[in-house]
Amino acid sequence: MPSLRCRRALVGLVAGSIALMTTAGLAQEPQVGRPRAGFGRPITEQAIAPWNIDIRTSDGAGLPPGRGSVAEGQKVYEAKCIACHGEKAQGGSMYGTMVGGINSFMTDRRILTPGSMYPYAPILFDYIRRTMPMDRPGSLTSDEIYAVSAYILFLNGLIPETAVMDAQSLPLVRMPNRDGFVLDDRPDVRAVRCMNDCPPIGVARR
Amino acid sequence: MSDRPPGPPSAPPRSAGRRTFLRSGAALMGATLTGAISGVRRAFAQPAPVTEPLEVPEWTRTMGRPIPAEMYGLPSKYEARVVRRRSDVFVNRQNWSDWSMSPLQYQHGIVTPNGVFFERHHAGTPSIDPERHRLVIHGMVKRPLVFTMSDLMRYPAVSRFYFLECSGNTLTDWIKAASTTVQQSHGLLSCAQWTGIPAAWLLDEAGLQPGASWVIFEGADGAVHTRSIPLQKVMDDALLVYGMNGEALREENGYPLRLLLPGWEGNVSVKWLRRIKVVDRPAFFRSETARYTDPLPGGKWRQFSFVMECKSVITYPSGGMKLPGPGLYEIRGFAWSGNGAITAVDVTVDGGRHWEPATLEPPILERCLTLFRYRWRWDGRPAKLASRAVDSTGYVQPTVEELARVRAVTGFVQHHNGIFPWEVKSNGEVTNAVA
Repeated sequence: MPSLRCRRALVGLVAGSIALMTTAGLAQEPQVGRPRAGFGRPITEQAIAPWNIDIRTSDGAGLPPGRGSVAEGQKVYEAKCIACHGEKAQGGSMYGTMVGGINSFMTDRRILTPGSMYPYAPILFDYIRRTMPMDRPGSLTSDEIYAVSAYILFLNGLIPETAVMDAQSLPLVRMPNRDGFVLDDRPDVRAVRCMNDCPPIGVARR
Repeated sequence: MSDRPPGPPSAPPRSAGRRTFLRSGAALMGATLTGAISGVRRAFAQPAPVTEPLEVPEWTRTMGRPIPAEMYGLPSKYEARVVRRRSDVFVNRQNWSDWSMSPLQYQHGIVTPNGVFFERHHAGTPSIDPERHRLVIHGMVKRPLVFTMSDLMRYPAVSRFYFLECSGNTLTDWIKAASTTVQQSHGLLSCAQWTGIPAAWLLDEAGLQPGASWVIFEGADGAVHTRSIPLQKVMDDALLVYGMNGEALREENGYPLRLLLPGWEGNVSVKWLRRIKVVDRPAFFRSETARYTDPLPGGKWRQFSFVMECKSVITYPSGGMKLPGPGLYEIRGFAWSGNGAITAVDVTVDGGRHWEPATLEPPILERCLTLFRYRWRWDGRPAKLASRAVDSTGYVQPTVEELARVRAVTGFVQHHNGIFPWEVKSNGEVTNAVA
């Protein structure tokens, strides 16, 4: 039970607020939390479609119609990608190799490529569509993106030269690093706040 | 880059008389504390009084400039060294997926000026017309919504101070002293007061569907950079930001709209934000599989390692500077934690054998840079300085040795929050003392 003094203060406060509201039109709005605003406009999924480009890469949900072969991919690659990524995706003027590195993660020189690193093949489609080619992002057709994805997967030895990639086949490509990830489990170290006679600051060794 | 220690912005002209005064003053102070050692090196003496009449320079004898034609003020031309610096220890062969680093050694106070706030981009910096920019919220919501910038800026706003640090900060210096300056080693760190709208407000207006648990954020830049974020974080403290340190976001920091996820690695705070899609699981984009994952022993990778853990660094004295002589120095720097507030910073001057608590300068805010200060009387002998921060979870900043014991330090390794040492040589030169 609030004390009498408290109750009096409360009554005074409420009376004061009512007086304020009636005289100045204030204090009608909650002053904290989500405001009653609603300034957004409704929009249809159809209107959002040109931006709705994300692929759920673990199962390929969102992959569009279209198809592309390894051979077609090589043509697209040599026309639009080779300048930065080099012959057969082995590294070029701007970026390092996109081929190999599978099984390198147990060594102290991990080689990161789509072949060695991607857990799911549709990441290729999502990333190429969103970003490539760097000087004209978003300019490739779905067929071209499937084809370049196929070519990169072929160069990494993950699909045969005759393969064709589409919304059904791309998610089925088994990527070597599929089970290579663990969720964040930090803090992974528990340092001690030593103040005196402490071991000197150590160094990291490979 | 040979940096002199940062002086006050309005330092008087460096006349011969003033230099002499400073040097002899420093000598005296050094001598007083460590009499035995200093006594051998230099005689006890009061500094000679300044007899040379003080200068009345030309700026006191002429009119200054009127209001300039360019109405946006710039720092003094004498501060021209205080600029961002493109990554040059790790050098990218192109300039469109690149980053530039903040000159922390010259930062006074916890706020990083907008013109030197670090930035990283994946397809260059776009120049976005705010009139044409749109933010869409869709996916597992009851009412998909679209907002103009005017719509967003009409909402009640919040303004909060948060640091921002790239997951790759300090990655060049795990096992060797690759960086010369703290700008190179730690300059992917900055701090600002951010103004915007809690993302939760707009998601509540759109109405979450049952099963919603992750949120995709996507940029409007040429990289259409995107990340999957747990819904809980978004509803907890995510901000949709349009203001930064009292003005609109700079283009390189996401103009006209960006996400800000307090305490988390910089790249998840998606810039040039155009789309928010509520989903029931992460998309596993390239940016959360092949990049921004951390190598672990056994060939594994740590994924969704969002939080930037407790870390600190000494910014003065720091690499590339030269101390003019023995005497009093204020060791200072920044501490921060993505998990809460800084509760203590300790400083060592002997390579970690002994530590003493530094003074923390208010305000001490959660997920914000905290300034620490520690007065040190240098005796002129070689010294190894480092700082160690503790946060409100009780986490103590570890050494790289401790981190490397449980992680794989190989290649492009992110989330370096290790203790970072600087060596002060007997000639006053300050160098990177890693390894």
